[in-house]
Amino acid sequence: MNILEMHDIHKSFNDLAVLKGINLSVAQGEVVAVIGPSGGGKSTLLRCATTLERIDSGKIVIGGTELCNSDDGFIHYCGKKTLGEIRSKFGLVFQNFNLFPHFSVSRNITEALVHVHKKSREEADEICNALLKKMHLAHKANEYPCNLSGGQQQRVSIARALAANPEIIFFDEPTSALDPELTKGVLKVIKDLATEKMTMVIVTHEMSFARDVADRIVFMDGGVIVEEGPAFELVTNPKEERTKKFLAGY
Amino acid sequence: MNPSDITAENSVLALLTICGVIVAVACLIASEIIMNAKKKHYPEGAKIKKPLPVILLQVASAVAAIPLVISIVLKMIDLFTGNRENLISTVKLLGQGFAFSFGIFIFTILFSLPLGLLVASGRMSKIKTISVFFKTYISILRGTPLMLQLLLVYFGPYYLFGVTTGNIQIGPFNYRFIATVIGFSLNYAAYFAEIFRGGIQSMSKGQYEAAQVLGFTKSQTYFKIILPQVVKRVLPSVGNEIITLVKDTSLAQVLAVTEMFTQASALASAQVSVMPFIVAGLFYYLMNLVIETLLGLLEKSMNYYS
Repeated sequence: MNILEMHDIHKSFNDLAVLKGINLSVAQGEVVAVIGPSGGGKSTLLRCATTLERIDSGKIVIGGTELCNSDDGFIHYCGKKTLGEIRSKFGLVFQNFNLFPHFSVSRNITEALVHVHKKSREEADEICNALLKKMHLAHKANEYPCNLSGGQQQRVSIARALAANPEIIFFDEPTSALDPELTKGVLKVIKDLATEKMTMVIVTHEMSFARDVADRIVFMDGGVIVEEGPAFELVTNPKEERTKKFLAGY
Repeated sequence: MNPSDITAENSVLALLTICGVIVAVACLIASEIIMNAKKKHYPEGAKIKKPLPVILLQVASAVAAIPLVISIVLKMIDLFTGNRENLISTVKLLGQGFAFSFGIFIFTILFSLPLGLLVASGRMSKIKTISVFFKTYISILRGTPLMLQLLLVYFGPYYLFGVTTGNIQIGPFNYRFIATVIGFSLNYAAYFAEIFRGGIQSMSKGQYEAAQVLGFTKSQTYFKIILPQVVKRVLPSVGNEIITLVKDTSLAQVLAVTEMFTQASALASAQVSVMPFIVAGLFYYLMNLVIETLLGLLEKSMNYYS
């Protein structure tokens, strides 16, 4: 079953067309890495899939629930209730973490569980503790984000995205704001999730990471998917000229 | 009090002052010596916790300096009035006026802060008509004298609509007082609104987006995520306005509210002296000192994150 289906996505900002007919499906348990030069539309694609941007036309289905379609030529988004359902089906990890600075690490993770998913405090704390352990951050539960390193903050934000037990997690350049040294811990955690068969879409510039962890790589440039294929094959033996040129830079 | 009493009192005070200064200086030197001795055991620039004897010595020096402060104050009072008896009654009368000033202050804070938040929300509304309305509101309230606004609130109902306000009374408050509070609240809400708007707009888009994808509703996002952070950011500016408000309460005298400054003016002309003004100044300053301290504590309590 496909967890994510994006069909013929078009999106423009004012007159600038950023996505020009993207088709992307992600199967359950699949890890897809999206690579490509800056301004190629990678982040916009992710933002459209995570309801942060509205698309102009196309169809998006997440976890079997339709977010929007333009079957009759006009874009229709689902109602508030369905939107809430869809938002609990995915998690998003931002490039610059976007943790809530006034909440402790544990509260960052539990707040949505308690107030959105209506779980009891005890239940939320249990989930939180298990996740922090998995992120090797059990000892930081009561710290505030400002006292954590960038890598630790990003792992907290991964834990936050995982808390509601989503069907798919999106990563928007999860290591781009980190020192090279700190990226390791974050990449390790994502790798662990991959071995657990978590469905993931990762926008990244870490080419070797994409090659090793992703099942499939999608190369985007100029608002279109230029090439996609099995990760190892695409990195070692790209077919398109533009892909070759881009990969030669790494 | 006859003149010989004052002279005797003065010589005792002079003796106390001199002894006090000597003791105070001695205590300070002693505490410095202790601190220096302690510093040797610590690396350069390290923060050293003050040992108890040092704290005690510093408190002692402050206490010893009290006679000095009293002599200076008395000397100033003598210079300005030559009459200490007046002082007691002045302080009493100004104290009553101060109660009114304080009342204006408290009610204004109580009403203008929430109103300011409302105005700020309206100012940032996506609906053009609403945002233009509140933009105009802010522009006019900030662009005209507060004194004029107070007069308008007080006399407006009668001159514009023929409504007599003389017999309006809510609890112990007559319309003079109510009009003052309304005028102040409307005016300060405009300033607070702009401060709040600045604070809210300084929040990064990422905070909203993170809340949105986690499924928080708009009001949950606003009250749980955004507002608590905004409070921390705007506190210094809000503190500024609060302190200004304490002093601005003196404008209520245009509506003949018997607040402290009105009292001080009356006393000053009755006594042909500036002493009441100086005492009133002290009242204002002490009140602001308390507010400053409270604001400082509040700020400190929110320092657990940056």
